[in-house]
Amino acid sequence: MTVMTRRTTVRAAIAVVGVAATVAFAQTSAIDEIEKYRAALRDGNPAELWEARGEELWKSPRGPKKVSFATCDLGQGPGVVKGAYAQLPKYFADSDRVMDLESRLVYCMVTQQGYTDADAKKNAFGGPGQKSDIEALVAYVTSQSRGVQMNVALGHPKERESFALGEKMFIYRGGSHDFSCSTCHAEDGKRIRLQDLPNLLTPAGAKKAYTTWPAYRVSQGELRTFQWRLFDCFRQQRFPELVFTSDASIALTMYLARNANGAAFDAPAIKR
Amino acid sequence: MRKYILLWGGAVAFAAVVVGCATAPTDLEVSRQAAAVLKSSFKANGQAGMDRLDQDETQRLCTLYANKPLPKDVAEMIEKLNLASIKWPADGKWLGDWKNGERVAQEGRGKQFSDDPKGPVGGNCYACHQLSPEEVSYGTIGPSLYGFAKLRGYTDETRKYAYGKIWNSDAYSACSNMPRFGHSQILSEQQVKDLVALLTDPASPVNK
Repeated sequence: MTVMTRRTTVRAAIAVVGVAATVAFAQTSAIDEIEKYRAALRDGNPAELWEARGEELWKSPRGPKKVSFATCDLGQGPGVVKGAYAQLPKYFADSDRVMDLESRLVYCMVTQQGYTDADAKKNAFGGPGQKSDIEALVAYVTSQSRGVQMNVALGHPKERESFALGEKMFIYRGGSHDFSCSTCHAEDGKRIRLQDLPNLLTPAGAKKAYTTWPAYRVSQGELRTFQWRLFDCFRQQRFPELVFTSDASIALTMYLARNANGAAFDAPAIKR
Repeated sequence: MRKYILLWGGAVAFAAVVVGCATAPTDLEVSRQAAAVLKSSFKANGQAGMDRLDQDETQRLCTLYANKPLPKDVAEMIEKLNLASIKWPADGKWLGDWKNGERVAQEGRGKQFSDDPKGPVGGNCYACHQLSPEEVSYGTIGPSLYGFAKLRGYTDETRKYAYGKIWNSDAYSACSNMPRFGHSQILSEQQVKDLVALLTDPASPVNK
């Protein structure tokens, strides 16, 4: 699809919204048009640029110790990326901790490449004029699980503990607005404005949502990781700032990833 | 009443111990641990301080009973507690300016750490509700409010209900998804009145 036809589709969507004759008509048409726009975007996903940069970063010597990620074990053996993301988060004996991909990357950067913890976590989320190596690495590693069935284990007691905590955190009400994750994500067929909300309490909802992160966000021009997804949900929830790779972020990831078991992983995706 | 809740909580914990094996943590223990881990996993940012994670009685009870049926007496207690805290307008007037109400309903900013603490702060009503028919970009977490007073009547009773519901939704429906806009100092009394006008002024597009 060319840029021109894409623009036309967007204009058509805007036009339909603008000249709403009746609410019911405009509602259905606008959603149809937005869905067409989303389909058009899937043609060429800029996430590929992040994946390519991430592969380069993965294979290059880095940090004060000038070593690559060839010795970094994501759970499937040193340097193995194929299918690794589909089994994360998981318990790692060397750190005695349940880790998601981002926390594991930080672990390897600190223990093998010689970065300080603060340096490894710097630029966890990219912004204008500020590229994030973590986002690129996540794009590459996750792309190597595309098509692989989600298979998150709860064999270790710490994995079960993390899952149980994530389940409770999901319903924790707080902040100025009394919001919890379940305020927006516990019913089928709901929207915020025109944005569809997944019901993360159902297997179908969890599968569809979890397997489509990370994603290139068109509105931000950035590839966003699952850590970012949680960080930004909590921002909108009016909570304080979720600390990158914190125990709560990993527990919630564990809860949602496990609930997506059996679904084919399908990211990096592209979203509005 | 409070004593009753505590006793009930104790009964749940006891039942969980009996059902589960000796080493498995009880449901209540997991909840407490989850709250503790949450508090160690956030940091204050701008106007969103760590106190945002401290639950008041309503938040605590609604968390305790999330995904479970809310017992009738607990629901009544929550509603009574919240109803008693509503600050009704000192001048006895319900209606503000519906045009400003529309602006408040559209405004999504306020209280996020990314927002300017000086404002603006809105109600973001369209995120969850249909209101004026001209706005087709509305959410569906809450019911449609189109025709609010046209259906209920342009009476003081309707207006008082709208004011109270916006000020403190839990006073009418325990553990509602809707924020307690007045109670939690999200919106001012004037902004709540402007929203009441958006809902109940015969001139408002909501009632056209």
